[in-house]
Amino acid sequence: MVNKNYQLDEIDKSLINQYQGGIPICQNPYALMGEELGIGEKDVIERIENLLTQGILSRAGPMYNPEYLGGSLSLAAMIVPDDIYDTIASKVNAYPEISQNYQRQHILNMWFVIACDDKTSTKEVIEKIETETGLKIYNMPKIREYFVGLYLKV
Amino acid sequence: MNSAKKITKIDKIDRLIIKATQGGLPLCANPYDIVAKDIGIDAVELQNRMKNMLDVGIIRRIGLVPNHYALGYIANGMSVWDVPDDQIDILGERIGALDFVSHCYNRPRHMPDWPYNLFAMTHGRSRDEVEEKVKSIAKELGDVVRDVQILYSVRILKKTGFRLKNI
Repeated sequence: MVNKNYQLDEIDKSLINQYQGGIPICQNPYALMGEELGIGEKDVIERIENLLTQGILSRAGPMYNPEYLGGSLSLAAMIVPDDIYDTIASKVNAYPEISQNYQRQHILNMWFVIACDDKTSTKEVIEKIETETGLKIYNMPKIREYFVGLYLKV
Repeated sequence: MNSAKKITKIDKIDRLIIKATQGGLPLCANPYDIVAKDIGIDAVELQNRMKNMLDVGIIRRIGLVPNHYALGYIANGMSVWDVPDDQIDILGERIGALDFVSHCYNRPRHMPDWPYNLFAMTHGRSRDEVEEKVKSIAKELGDVVRDVQILYSVRILKKTGFRLKNI
């Protein structure tokens, strides 16, 4: 999906560096961005389309804070023995509420995000996974968020 | 600072806007007009609602979202810190303000296995780069740090965007 050999030109780089957080809300946002970059509106749109196709960008648009969407969110971790790691990963991933799951180097070696809509709760999902896998889940819902936002310079 | 924002309720029209745009903004000359037309509201109202959602933090940002790996940021280190609870908010705000920290949270400890209460995510083109960044965090936190670890991700097992399904 990701074209690792894709060469970004200087305009692609400026586009990515300048608009990770600032697509304007106005009638013709891409025209405005084009003015700032010194290219045409059509060129801006085609470049974004291309960067999405190449897998350089994963999305172009608003990032919503899931907390406001009526659901609940948590980060949880487990200690999974190596010999059953992939089996457990499949079981955990099978839950639609698991939005992300990462293998990390630590005794707590499986870390996943549980994102529930208003029909289920993270607690229910945790209980189900614990019962199904026989493993203990360390639930770490945030107590406080200080910052979320990633800027990657190219 | 995100933590200072209070939770604001979204209404039915906001939910329609979220549903229509959470996958991305239309790539055409007048994307907001298109979204407004799709959900049957006035274009000015749509823009005003989205500006408001941006102001209060329901929309974190509107922008291009790069794929870390495609840009060469292959090292992902979750740094976790054991710091005194009575200073956690001051320390968290300070670390969250560092430009290379992408996520910063206070999370519960699980004693005795897990003594860490401050999480700061960093990304780099190599583990060395991540370690330099973690050193900067350590410097910023000073001598209150009792313990720290970096948990590198070695495999993505699942990754989907959060999506609002019900309206």
